[in-house]
Amino acid sequence: MSPNVRVKTLKIDGKDVSAREDQTILSVARENDIFIPTLCQMDGLTSVGACRLCLVEIKGSAKLQAACVTEVQEGMEVVTDSERLHSYRKMLIELLFVARNHICSVCVSNGHCELQSLAQRLGITHIHFPFRYPKLAVDLSHDRFGMDNNRCIRCGRCVRVCDEIEGAHTWDLMGRGDASQIVCDLNQPWGSSETCTSCGKCVHVCPTGALFEKGKSSSEMSKRQEFLPYLTLMRGDHNE
Amino acid sequence: MRRLGYKPHALIEALHTVQETFGYIDEDALKYLSRALRIPLSQVYGVATFYHYFSMKPQGKHTCVVCMGTACYIKGTGQILNNLENAYSIKAGETTPDGGLSLLTARCLGACGIAPAVVLDGVVIGHADPAHFNARVEEKLKQ
Ligand code: SF4
Ligand code: FES
Ligand code: FES
Repeated sequence: MSPNVRVKTLKIDGKDVSAREDQTILSVARENDIFIPTLCQMDGLTSVGACRLCLVEIKGSAKLQAACVTEVQEGMEVVTDSERLHSYRKMLIELLFVARNHICSVCVSNGHCELQSLAQRLGITHIHFPFRYPKLAVDLSHDRFGMDNNRCIRCGRCVRVCDEIEGAHTWDLMGRGDASQIVCDLNQPWGSSETCTSCGKCVHVCPTGALFEKGKSSSEMSKRQEFLPYLTLMRGDHNE
Repeated sequence: MRRLGYKPHALIEALHTVQETFGYIDEDALKYLSRALRIPLSQVYGVATFYHYFSMKPQGKHTCVVCMGTACYIKGTGQILNNLENAYSIKAGETTPDGGLSLLTARCLGACGIAPAVVLDGVVIGHADPAHFNARVEEKLKQ
C-alpha cells in the first residue's frame, strides 16, 4: 500500500469497516470475513462481473450492484444478504444448472466443484426450471487435457488466465446469450492449437469439470490454484 | 486496413469491410486479421460470432430477413417464417443447398409501424401477408 492512499469508511451488513479507496466491495467484505458468493471472480485476474452472483444491495440505490466490480464509496451502506438477494442467487445457480449438463455424480470434479459447493451452501435442493441438456461437443484432442462444454458455466476464468497470466490467449468466448461457448483459437480442436502452451492454468482455474486433466475419472479432478496469487505477487501487480 | 492504422481496435471496422467485400468471413480472413492487427485468433473469432451482422458462411444469392420483434411476431411473422422454413426445408440462419436463398431473422427492425415486416434482398416489405408471402419469395428466386 503506498503511503498516500486514501481510506474510506463504510458499512457492510451494519458493520463499520474501512477500506482503501480503490478496493471493491467484495475484497473489503472478504477482509472482514463477510461471505459473498462468487463464481467468475478470481483474485489475480481482472474482474468482469459476468456471473452476477455477487450482487449486493446498496442503500439509496434501487439497482443491485456486482460487489466484485463496484468500488467502495465513503459512507456507503451495503447489504450482502437478504431475502431478495438470496432468491436471485438461487435462481442464478439454478439457471446455470439447467443451461447445460451438470450431473455431479458422473463429473470428474464431483466434490471439488465451485458450482456444486455454492449450490450446497445456498441450500439448493430443487431446480424449478426445465433442464435443457443441449448436446455439446467434448474436445479430447489435446494430449493432456480435455474440455467438456456441457459442464461450462461461461465464467470466462480460463479466458482471462490464459490472456492475462500466460499471455497466450488461446481461449475466448464466441457467440452470445445461451449459444455462447468457449472456443480454442478459431473454434478448432484444442490439440491443433498453435497458441496453446499446454501450461494447464485454464484447467486449474476452471470452477467446474469443464476443463480437466486426462486420466482422471469421476470425482478425481481437484484443482490447484495456488500459482495465481503467487504469480501475481511476484509480478508486483497491485490489483489485489 | 492500412487506412485503419493496423490498430487492434480497428477489428470491427475491418470485419465490416471483409463482410461487405466478400459477403462472408472465412477462416483465412480471420487469420489474416488476427495477424495483421495482432489480435488473438480466439478473440477475432469471438467478436465475429458475437455480431449477427457477420456471417461465417457464404450467403445465398437472395436473402430474406424475417423480423421476430414483438410487434411483427404478433402480426404473424412466426407464420411467415414457418411457411418459408417448410417450403425450402431450411431453418432460420441457414441457406438452401443450391445457394439460392438464405433465411435469417432479426430482433426488431425498428419498423414496427408497418408490422409484419420482412426484408427481401435489402428491401423492407411492410404489412407482409403470411398467406401470400411464399409466392413473393418464389418470384424473387426466379429472377
Ligand atoms: S471452461 Fe471452466 S473456466 Fe472456462 S468459462 Fe467454462 S466454466 Fe469457466
Ligand atoms: S463474482 Fe461478481 S459477477 Fe461473478
Ligand atoms: S417488431 Fe418488427 S420492426 Fe419492430
